[in-house]
Amino acid sequence: MKLTLKIWRQKNASDKGGFVTYPVDHVSKDMSFLEMLDVLNEQLTEKGEDPVHFDHDCREGICGMCSLYINGKPHGPLQTTTCQLHMRSFNDGETITIEPWRAKAFPVVKDLVVNRSAFDRIIQAGGYVSVNTGGVPDANEIPIPKTVADLAMDAAQCIGCGACVAACKNASAMLFTSAKISQLALLPQGQVERKTRAEKMVAQMDAEGFGACTNTGACEAECPKGISITNIARMNREYFSAVVSSENV
Amino acid sequence: MSWVTKTLKSTLGRKLIMALTGLFLILFLTGHVSGNLLLFKGDGGEAFNIYAKFMTTNPAVKILSYLTYISVIGHIIYSILLTQQNKSARPVGYAESKASTNSTWSSRNMGVLGTIILIFLVVHLQGFWAKMHWGEVPMVTYGEEEYKNLFLIVSEAFKQEWLVALYVVSMGFLGFHLSHGFASAFQTLGLNHKKYSPAIKAIGQAYCIVVPVLFASMPLYIYFTS
Amino acid sequence: MILDSKIPAGPLAEKWTKHKFNSKLVNPANKRKYDVIVVGTGLAGASAAASLAELGYNVKAFCFQDSPRRAHSIAAQGGINAAKNYQNDGDSIFRLFYDTIKGGDYRAREANVYRLAEVSVKIIDQCVAQGVPFAREYGGLLANRSFGGAQVSRTFYARGQTGQQLLLGAYSALSRQVANGKVKLYPRTEMMDVVVVDGHARGIVTRNLITGAVETHAAHAVLLCTGGYGNVFFLSTNAMGSNVTAAWRAHKRGAYFANPCFTQIHPTCIPVSGDHQSKLTLMSESLRNDGRVWVPATKEIAEKLRKGQIKANDIKEEDRDYFLERKYPSFGNLVPRDVASRNAKYVCDEGRGVNETGEAVFLDFRDAIKRDSRKIIEQKYGNLFDMYKQITGEDPYEVPMMIYPAVHYTMGGLWVDYNLMTTVPGLYALGEANFSDHGANRLGASALMQGLADGYFVIPYTIGDYLAQIPPKKVDENHPEFAKAKEEVQNRIKTLLSIKGSKTVDYFHKKLGKIMWNECGMARTAEGLKKAKAEIKALKAEFWKDVKVLGANEELNQSLEKAHRVADFLELGELMVDDALNRNESCGGHFREEYQTPDGEALRDDENFAYVAAWKYVGEDQEEELHKEPLVFENVKLTQRSYK
Repeated sequence: MKLTLKIWRQKNASDKGGFVTYPVDHVSKDMSFLEMLDVLNEQLTEKGEDPVHFDHDCREGICGMCSLYINGKPHGPLQTTTCQLHMRSFNDGETITIEPWRAKAFPVVKDLVVNRSAFDRIIQAGGYVSVNTGGVPDANEIPIPKTVADLAMDAAQCIGCGACVAACKNASAMLFTSAKISQLALLPQGQVERKTRAEKMVAQMDAEGFGACTNTGACEAECPKGISITNIARMNREYFSAVVSSENV
Repeated sequence: MSWVTKTLKSTLGRKLIMALTGLFLILFLTGHVSGNLLLFKGDGGEAFNIYAKFMTTNPAVKILSYLTYISVIGHIIYSILLTQQNKSARPVGYAESKASTNSTWSSRNMGVLGTIILIFLVVHLQGFWAKMHWGEVPMVTYGEEEYKNLFLIVSEAFKQEWLVALYVVSMGFLGFHLSHGFASAFQTLGLNHKKYSPAIKAIGQAYCIVVPVLFASMPLYIYFTS
Repeated sequence: MILDSKIPAGPLAEKWTKHKFNSKLVNPANKRKYDVIVVGTGLAGASAAASLAELGYNVKAFCFQDSPRRAHSIAAQGGINAAKNYQNDGDSIFRLFYDTIKGGDYRAREANVYRLAEVSVKIIDQCVAQGVPFAREYGGLLANRSFGGAQVSRTFYARGQTGQQLLLGAYSALSRQVANGKVKLYPRTEMMDVVVVDGHARGIVTRNLITGAVETHAAHAVLLCTGGYGNVFFLSTNAMGSNVTAAWRAHKRGAYFANPCFTQIHPTCIPVSGDHQSKLTLMSESLRNDGRVWVPATKEIAEKLRKGQIKANDIKEEDRDYFLERKYPSFGNLVPRDVASRNAKYVCDEGRGVNETGEAVFLDFRDAIKRDSRKIIEQKYGNLFDMYKQITGEDPYEVPMMIYPAVHYTMGGLWVDYNLMTTVPGLYALGEANFSDHGANRLGASALMQGLADGYFVIPYTIGDYLAQIPPKKVDENHPEFAKAKEEVQNRIKTLLSIKGSKTVDYFHKKLGKIMWNECGMARTAEGLKKAKAEIKALKAEFWKDVKVLGANEELNQSLEKAHRVADFLELGELMVDDALNRNESCGGHFREEYQTPDGEALRDDENFAYVAAWKYVGEDQEEELHKEPLVFENVKLTQRSYK
């Protein structure tokens, strides 16, 4: 396959950046999208040009490090991570536009690499159960209905890649935030800090400069792990009931 | 900052206001369309005029109408605040976007739709509501009592083709606005449950068609029957 | 130096309890005066950092990824073992200990493994308390499955994403301590060296991957939780960024490297599809429960298949060789990982491999679908089949899957004593980065167990014993050793950037990987290893003459990052070859063709090789020095594994 790549290049956070077009040849349909970029980078390096920087690590769809806004969609045309996207999803001769995630809260670091530490700070605001190591009850002392455990697992599958933010027209982080709030709100272990958690995590999400939710459902449609927006509804419930009943004034 | 102002400043608090005011306006539309159905009665406007007087004089309705004004203003102010926030959340946009593959057009264009509806609302209020409150309205007597003959104003107004067209088109936009807004409001309130959400969605889809169609049929009916 | 494993005396089951009691404690008010550096934020690192911060120590946690949650522990699929005996099926701490020692082919320390089995039960309690959504039965209690051929159901799991859920649990505990101000987090920061002052580890040198700034950090102890070195093979199931640099830098500063040649090769991975391949994807081992492994009976048929003249489904039953079922009638397709892997290699070496590269065997579900219906197979393996289809574009319901072994885990690592301390006082190694618990072969669902055991339940006790012996005085970062180590790192960066050669870093990495895979992979020979050693030496020399690293240090420079890592892999590769050459026996993942039973099975030599081979770095381009830690088995009887 022969392709034309239109890639966002930006030297660093303060650089203005712009698109650069690269032709690539001999692309096999069995290559993953990132392997195709590896080939481009080898060629660029051989020519003495700075290779295209992009985030990636596990390349099996679970670490959440890879990103890329490909042809107008986060992680490209399939509902999967970019590392699991293969070139057979593209046609010979196609032009592919590759952009970084775009959000104020995800500033570009270089080329296609963005800073997603805002997500870490949202978790630090309350995405945990405050138990120290040791001194916890036996695991089977807390029975949890299978349906509840399954729902919690559905939410817990979030890989923190940020595709929800990238897909949302408002760059909202509600799907990410709600997935963690949901997981812990569903489980008995999360009950003790339930109210404070909802209040603090939402406050941090706002402080990071993410947008609001318009309930377009784009996040759910693009989430590589299929996290449902019912979690956002649950977060809203949690938040509203927390603000009217918690002890935090 | 007290917890109330803090909540109302939060994204979710703002969304809550959008949802509550939106739902109240949906209630208002329901009442408005039901009452206006009297236009179809074919009694020369008697029932309609009596209904209009009741609506402007009954103290309970008064309270409701103030709530409606507040809702309209709140819905507008908070939509502006949220839109500003949303715009600033993505200072650099995408060169290419295929949003149509992941969401509906109306869900992505609530602001545009709302703005069009607002423009319509100005025309609408100026033509009927303002006239009724402060303008010169001919009087009509049914039995012992005198009434403002609003029916006459309505029927005169809808003899103008452009106005009829404006109303019909605007109701189309209202339909799109409601097609997302109805179910969206419930989602924002956190009312999403696999037992009830399908029903909410179905009612929303029916509502966004039935109500605007009924509204739009009023000027058309008057235009074609007069 | 005589390696002192510090294994406590006394009966096996009482060692850990006694040891905890005998360890010195740090006064609670003094804990805040001690600084601890944790490098790596996977299961071991995140759990250690969180637990130590909870105790009151000041922790600095470093990871090269953009967030601690990305560490490669996240990719573990299957589950985590624990001797809970919730299923009433005869499990016990001793049985888990026994299975692990035996599975490791008797090349692990009894005391460490017993402790691992002992604390395994607490890990599950801890994770559940954190909100890890383990699979549950309808009654609300935890579900278990049997895994990797174990005869009891002791594996806890969270769908196929157990590693993810456990890591996110540890990450949440870590995040809580970051919010509390007890952990300072340094993401996108790579450890470049250890600073040793007066023989004790007192800090590290790091490079900020965004700005390129080289910095020093001082602490009273340094914990390396930096994972395994499988990427020395270039292709492996490891993440792209997984590397040996932290461990290797520590090695060069005096930490012995133990059993580097012990590598686990996992039999069920998706085969290489071409030269562009950047990593390999593991398919769950459970597939072998129903899939039948085969290749064409003759080379000729295989050739036609590779050329696309015939299709797999066209091959008649009598022309198929179900080689595992043929050679191991009683275990069949369920032989352990190393046996399955090696046999796949043999048939491919004979020219009977089935994909274009000739390096793949079939894993066929035709008979299972016929027997159980497609629906049942879909229920069991649906997500795996989907994943396979996504990667290969082929539908395994219709055509047989193709699989090939791939490097998955490294049992070797930094030598540590019972306290997890390396041969450099104050320097610890946890999780896959150390060598301690899996011997020559790791059992399924044991890696997660070890990472969390080390981080949550071992290091919080053992580090106190060390810290209590040094004064609670700030470590002086102005000590000349810090400046010296920093300068060395800066010089290395300068050198790499100034070579301006003609070949990319990946060129060297791929070449090294090929050498390692061919000569130090599934089957090894003295001759091949000697050849490999010469080739690696030459490649290393070429690297330092001809590598091309573009850009500058003062920016995000992924080529420079890779260059550092590959430079260290080149040195490690040589040591692995030395170790494999030294170990004149076959055990677990280490198979020397010269040492096999008449019917082709691994032949251990307990008389001469029941020891840990710990290698000491003595200087640039010098042969490393071998130190032996004898393995004493008092509680298990050494037997030959047989799967016939």
